[in-house]
Amino acid sequence: MIIEPGHFRTAMQHTPFHPRVAAATTTEEWANWNGYMVPREVDNLSAEYFAVRSGCSVMDLTPMEKYRISGSDARAFVDRLVTRDLSKLEPGRVCYVVWCNDEGKVIDDGTLFQFGENDYRLCAQHHQLDWLEISSLGFDVEIELETHDVAALAVQGPTSCSVLACAGIGGIETLKPFDVVDTWLGGCRLTVSRTGYTGDLGYELWVNPDDALALWDAIFGVRDKFNVRVIGLSALEMVRIEAGLIMPGFDFNTAEDTIRNGFDRSPWEVGLGWAVHLDKGRFTGRRALMVEKKRPLGRYLAKLVVEGNKPVGPAFVHEGKNGRQVGEIKCATWSPVLKANVALADLECHKGRMPAHPWARVEYERELKWMSEWAQCRIVKGPFYNPEHRNATPPTSF
Amino acid sequence: MTDRFDVVVIGAGHNGLVCATYLARAGRKVACVEAREVPGGMAAPRTLADRYRFPGLAHAAFPVNADIRRDLKLDQFGYSPGPELDTVSLDGDRGHVVLGADSVSGEGIPDEDKLAYPRFQRDFREFAGALRPLFGNPPPRLKDMSSREKANLAKLGWSLRFGLGRESMYEFLRVAGSNMQDILDEVFVDERLKGAMGADAVLGSAMGPRTPGTVLTWLQRLYGALNGRMTLHGHAQGSFTEALKRSAEAAGVSIRCGSRVERIVTDDGRATGVSLSTGETLEARIVVSNLDPRATFLDLVGAPNLDAMFANRVRQIRGSGTVGKLHLALAGEPRLTGLDRSLLGNRLVLAPSLKSVEQAFNHSKYGEFSENPVLEITIPSLHESDLAPPGHHVMSVNVAYVPYRETGEDDQYRNELAERTLSGLEYHAPGLRSLIVDQEFLTPRDVESEYGAVQGHWHHGELSMHQSFMMRPVYGSAQYETPIENLFICGAGCHPGGGLTGIPGKNAARRVLEGVRKT
Repeated sequence: MIIEPGHFRTAMQHTPFHPRVAAATTTEEWANWNGYMVPREVDNLSAEYFAVRSGCSVMDLTPMEKYRISGSDARAFVDRLVTRDLSKLEPGRVCYVVWCNDEGKVIDDGTLFQFGENDYRLCAQHHQLDWLEISSLGFDVEIELETHDVAALAVQGPTSCSVLACAGIGGIETLKPFDVVDTWLGGCRLTVSRTGYTGDLGYELWVNPDDALALWDAIFGVRDKFNVRVIGLSALEMVRIEAGLIMPGFDFNTAEDTIRNGFDRSPWEVGLGWAVHLDKGRFTGRRALMVEKKRPLGRYLAKLVVEGNKPVGPAFVHEGKNGRQVGEIKCATWSPVLKANVALADLECHKGRMPAHPWARVEYERELKWMSEWAQCRIVKGPFYNPEHRNATPPTSF
Repeated sequence: MTDRFDVVVIGAGHNGLVCATYLARAGRKVACVEAREVPGGMAAPRTLADRYRFPGLAHAAFPVNADIRRDLKLDQFGYSPGPELDTVSLDGDRGHVVLGADSVSGEGIPDEDKLAYPRFQRDFREFAGALRPLFGNPPPRLKDMSSREKANLAKLGWSLRFGLGRESMYEFLRVAGSNMQDILDEVFVDERLKGAMGADAVLGSAMGPRTPGTVLTWLQRLYGALNGRMTLHGHAQGSFTEALKRSAEAAGVSIRCGSRVERIVTDDGRATGVSLSTGETLEARIVVSNLDPRATFLDLVGAPNLDAMFANRVRQIRGSGTVGKLHLALAGEPRLTGLDRSLLGNRLVLAPSLKSVEQAFNHSKYGEFSENPVLEITIPSLHESDLAPPGHHVMSVNVAYVPYRETGEDDQYRNELAERTLSGLEYHAPGLRSLIVDQEFLTPRDVESEYGAVQGHWHHGELSMHQSFMMRPVYGSAQYETPIENLFICGAGCHPGGGLTGIPGKNAARRVLEGVRKT
């Protein structure tokens, strides 16, 4: 990447899709995501939300950090980086992965794409180049930051497959969840993966920035037949909480940025224990995690259904109404499809057990007056919302 | 072929031998594997032209730690401390200065310096003594301290506060983080005196007298002074390394010279033995490495077998060697202008002022070698005539601030360094060149390739504040433990650091014998 003189005058960069996103945005509510300008809301939050859940949503994913990893030790390198057993990862597949620091605390999570032998892409929410460089000592591996060189769109929702097919992107009906394939759209080379962050049927499209607008226009060209809508970060936040998907850096501190002792989290503490395979051999954090595994779980990022109809914001969770404070709600949303308040909460465990009777002290506002009330909570296992069409192959055609 | 041992110690340098011997004396079946043909590491004697014997890289050192000397029965195996040495600060123009244990003498030394010198020496020996609970024991851990560690830390607090007394404690706290130049300038006037003392504090480090933290570096060296005055080391009779070798063998240690360890064999995060360049594997329940931690972890274990940040910390260890070694075989006794023959057998330091030391250091920072090198010279054959043929002598010169270079070191470069060193010497010893029968110059790079010390650093990493105590060699591997189960480290890269103390080796053996620690 070339840094232009006077670059600092641009507070936020524009993605290759910006002309179209900006044209669609009426609220002008912009947010900074990894230095890029992205809409928080585009025009109507409800409409954006329902595009994901009952139509087709399009979100500019370009600011997602992307790293190309190659070289003769690339496989050994990624295997040592992440906690998960990668033996099933092969070219044409994607794997959800977590990586930890030496102390076994989560640095970030992301998706690891394998394109060919020793050719990988790692996508992450947060900047990872320093950690990848630190991890590369002793490996014959090349790590290239390609965040700015690959434009990306998330196309998500029950009709997303039909929309893409109708737009002229062939061969995606047979894609299984976590498959990735190279395809063409007209003259543009395109990579499509069946991945996403919405808990719905969906695809992520990876393209050369020069072809970004052509891709956008092809997708929105079918708007007369389908409800295709640009969405922003707020709608994404709603659907990812419904899907029970965590966001490192927001739901918990990412390890290498944590200053205070005990404020970072292990994979088990954030519900990612299923992605840790201690028996797979060496990886960073394994030694610490083997010690931690022997101890009862100290805390857990639980999924809570919060009773009542008051909007839930940051709130303390207590053991029993008026009981001891045992945790706090990290993120919450009203779920229109479930008609319930759903939340992720960092809860203390006692002898490895979560609180038996969690109650949240919900604070809310009535005409600038703050009030609070007790709301009983129910701990839920698995995603709040997990429709069957999410994983169906081939997806239902519309 | 495979052999099984309770413990394999990698490297038969003095700390490796000390560690191996303690373990063997505790009943363990121990092998000590050494890449060179002789044990003793940098402290082992060297020979030039078959007939001239030198003390190796360490020619002047404090006597070995008294506990180790007693525990390993070193005297019984022939050890005797070499002759005690005064320091002579060479200055042919203004006159040489003799720095003794408690007095300083020489032409033009001001009375105030003569008065201040014994008090200064006593104060700093006291400071070093107050740190005894810290230097003599494993460093306390930052987390999960055991009761013994708490006791040691309490002892440290006690000895600083009550051992030193209130005034001295304040003074200690004031000077400990300071630099040598500021402290010496406060107390002394004479440049020759200050130059030799400043050079002493930083010899072996990539530091000058003005480098922050050099008082601590000096205190770490002075810790050895608690065992006695500096002596000529490595003389043939009663040699330290020879006695260590005999003690080790008597305890049952199998010393295998000429065997280079290629890998520390690990299985599932656990060390199980070592593989040798001969293709042989030695299986062991415990592996202890006396090598520079950078070599131990990055070369023998391999970064991919370690957690990423730990490997990175090891990579970042600061420790670039700065001392070259010139060995001269001489056809006769050298004469130094203005120096009485009776003083010639002492440690001669060419560092006529603090400024000259700092300037020599400045050159090395930029990869250059100063026109006015700082030198530490001994002539061991004056004390022991059979080190050289009758009438002949050996001169051993530590040449400070020779930059470590990875490439471009050939005989021509070595000759240039030797020539510049000889020019510096010959100013004080006219006619020295005509006496030379044979010579060798070892650059830090040569020290690295011959002794395995990474970047040719004597102490396996700088003795600086951020690489001391529980941070030595790095956070995550203090206390002689490593992230690899059953792998321990026992060399100068561990607390309390370099010098011929044997303490890292002793502490590591103690740690190994403690067995698995509950966390």
